Amino acid sequence: MSFASSASFCERIGLDWFAPLLRLIGGEHPARQLKAMAELCGVPLLAIALFLGVWQLIAGNVETSLGALPGPRAVAAEFGKLVAEHGAERDKAAAFAMREAKRNAERVARDPAFKPVQRAWTGKPTFFDQIVTSLVTVFTGFVLATLVAVPLGLLCGSSRVVQAALNPLIQVFKPVSPLAWLPIVTLLVSAAYQGNDGWLSKSFLVSAITVTLCSLWPTVINTALGVASVDRDLINVARVLRLSWPRRITRIVLPAALPLIFTGMRLSLGVGWMVLIAAEMLAQNPGLGKFVWDEFQNGSSQSLARIMVAVLVIGLVGFLLDRLMYTLQQLVSRGATAR
Amino acid sequence: MPNTAVTCLPRRLAAACLALAALWSGGTLAATPEQQELKIGFIKLTDCAPLVVAYEKGYFEDEGLYVTLEAQANWKVVLDRVVDGSLDASHMLPGQPLAAAAGFGPPADLVGVAVMGVNTLAVTLGNEVWSALKPTLPLADGLPVHPITADHLKGVVDGVKAGGKQFAMGMVFPTSTHNYLLRYWLAAGGIHPGFYTATDSTGTTDAEVLLSVTPPPQMPATLGAGTIAGFSVGEPWNQQAGLKGIGVPVITAAEIWSRTPEKVLGLRRDFVDKNPETVKALVKAVIRAEQWLDADRGANRAELAKMLARPEYVGADVTVLSGPLRGQYQYEKGDVRATPEANVYFAAHAGYPFYGDAVWYLTQMRRWGQLPKAQSDAWYTDTAKKVYRADVYRAAAEELIAAGGADASLLPPADSAVAGASKFIDGIEFDAAQPNAYLARLAIGQQGGAK
Repeated sequence: MSFASSASFCERIGLDWFAPLLRLIGGEHPARQLKAMAELCGVPLLAIALFLGVWQLIAGNVETSLGALPGPRAVAAEFGKLVAEHGAERDKAAAFAMREAKRNAERVARDPAFKPVQRAWTGKPTFFDQIVTSLVTVFTGFVLATLVAVPLGLLCGSSRVVQAALNPLIQVFKPVSPLAWLPIVTLLVSAAYQGNDGWLSKSFLVSAITVTLCSLWPTVINTALGVASVDRDLINVARVLRLSWPRRITRIVLPAALPLIFTGMRLSLGVGWMVLIAAEMLAQNPGLGKFVWDEFQNGSSQSLARIMVAVLVIGLVGFLLDRLMYTLQQLVSRGATAR
Repeated sequence: MPNTAVTCLPRRLAAACLALAALWSGGTLAATPEQQELKIGFIKLTDCAPLVVAYEKGYFEDEGLYVTLEAQANWKVVLDRVVDGSLDASHMLPGQPLAAAAGFGPPADLVGVAVMGVNTLAVTLGNEVWSALKPTLPLADGLPVHPITADHLKGVVDGVKAGGKQFAMGMVFPTSTHNYLLRYWLAAGGIHPGFYTATDSTGTTDAEVLLSVTPPPQMPATLGAGTIAGFSVGEPWNQQAGLKGIGVPVITAAEIWSRTPEKVLGLRRDFVDKNPETVKALVKAVIRAEQWLDADRGANRAELAKMLARPEYVGADVTVLSGPLRGQYQYEKGDVRATPEANVYFAAHAGYPFYGDAVWYLTQMRRWGQLPKAQSDAWYTDTAKKVYRADVYRAAAEELIAAGGADASLLPPADSAVAGASKFIDGIEFDAAQPNAYLARLAIGQQGGAK
């Protein structure tokens, strides 16, 4: 791939601030690239620096019951400590594994019939474990939502009757806050599901299903819209060719509606991420939300800084998820228009 | 790591010899626990320390238990999760298994097998209330005379009520030690804290002070937000409110009831029946932890404060935790007093589940109307003994003593009702054998056959 084509690829997937650098390396209009870089990178960097400056200024002057509001430096330091804690916890896990292996060996020596079991470490989940938990949860909820929402949207978009039937329900359920769903989901999951181990624990299911219920709607609406606005000519062609219904869906409707479906999915994932953090906070389910709530309860001098680290990470992860979906959306709609 | 087991044959042999030697030297090897992986809940309070120490010092592992400790949001969650089996055991309020056995609240069959922490709560008042109360207090050497009785608070409460506002205070659960001690203190000062009735599950009928539930760690923030005028909660949250300038701790548990057994290690009865070896191992680990906590006149308390300050445990600052844990308690700013009787875990049989203490909690349930019917003295003893499983504690302690892990003085004489004489702030004597006569001596509250 040449620098120019990589650059246009970058632009397409939303990394437009990176494109001028590639073009510059490729030797394409250096002056113009430098100007573009100043605009695309310089200005945002300046704005971020300004934000950090203002934050540091305000932080020093606001007293809370937990001490002064932490500034960017305190937050960065706390992030360093979280990394160190993660390392320390991993070391403990390794030490436990050694102890356990030794104990098992002793036990086998004493009693040859004994079948040793290597148990998992029972330490606390670190900040980074919580990030992983939240990501797995949000994607589970999101995948479930997509599996329900796309077929539902297809039905709504292709039949006026279905549309008329479902529209009121969609309009009523769409604005419901996750916090209202949560008690219902919690009780239903507890009633319907008995197991409580590993990834498929109750708390995980509750969080994931709450995400599903809240992130369903943008995908449904956009899919319906996409299907409804498929070019009439294409539909007519399908009729003339006497394409069967499944083929009409897979060959004509879906490709044409894909860009809007992905727009809906992008919105859904964004909603899902916001919902998940709130659900974890309220239900004390593992994840970043629980981390925030635990720190709020701790009320130590570091708690505020640690909460701010979490807020920044939540924002950053949300941003990355959005970029991911945007990239997919761009690739898909380019494929659709090229056809 | 399976390969270490294979490559270290000499070491394995040495270990085997050691194990044999241990057998020879008379140390009894305990039976393997039926269930080795346990999930145990706790609330962020200083009296979760026995669990934290047993985990951090490896006592659970020594007993063949693989324990996950998990902080819980509030006491309701603790109760629900022990009942539904999400937690195998938990740091629990004595009132929770007792209320379940006495028929107050949702049905459940729970037991307490060891006491966790004596004298770890306090009552804190908001700054406004304190500044109204302070001028009315008798002074000695420029400082208020302790214990501060609620007689002095009555004027403040009346003043607030005359202004058309309600005087609300927080506690942590309807059957909590904190609810009963706060009520005891208020009533001893002539302030009515309200009755529970068949139609009033909030316990505010006839109340001069409205009590409501707030989870322990949120207490300082709730007081700071002005929702309540004061609260009763376990440490370190009183000390937190005091040091952060949100309120002033006015009275500690020991001043209300000289030895308040605050929490128990609670489990489901069927779990205890099905897994006797597991429960014995669990209690042994907890006893060893409590021994460590009180060892050498508190030499380990500085280490404990650091341990509990970690975010996964209590999480408050070391400076906040140190005061209550090391017996240097700050009431008003600048008024630091020695409180050696607070935060005791092992000394004077602190961990032993005396059924007489359970009787006292049951009398308070009756006193405030949580138990609608009067009961015979025998009922109090039976219910208390059914829930407080001293037999389980005794079996674990005996095994520990036999293995040389604890001194024989760990156990009180068989069938002791209480650890010794208790002193209450109003001077009224409690006799565990005569709960109805005791109820009749308490001025405010339902007595024997009333209602």
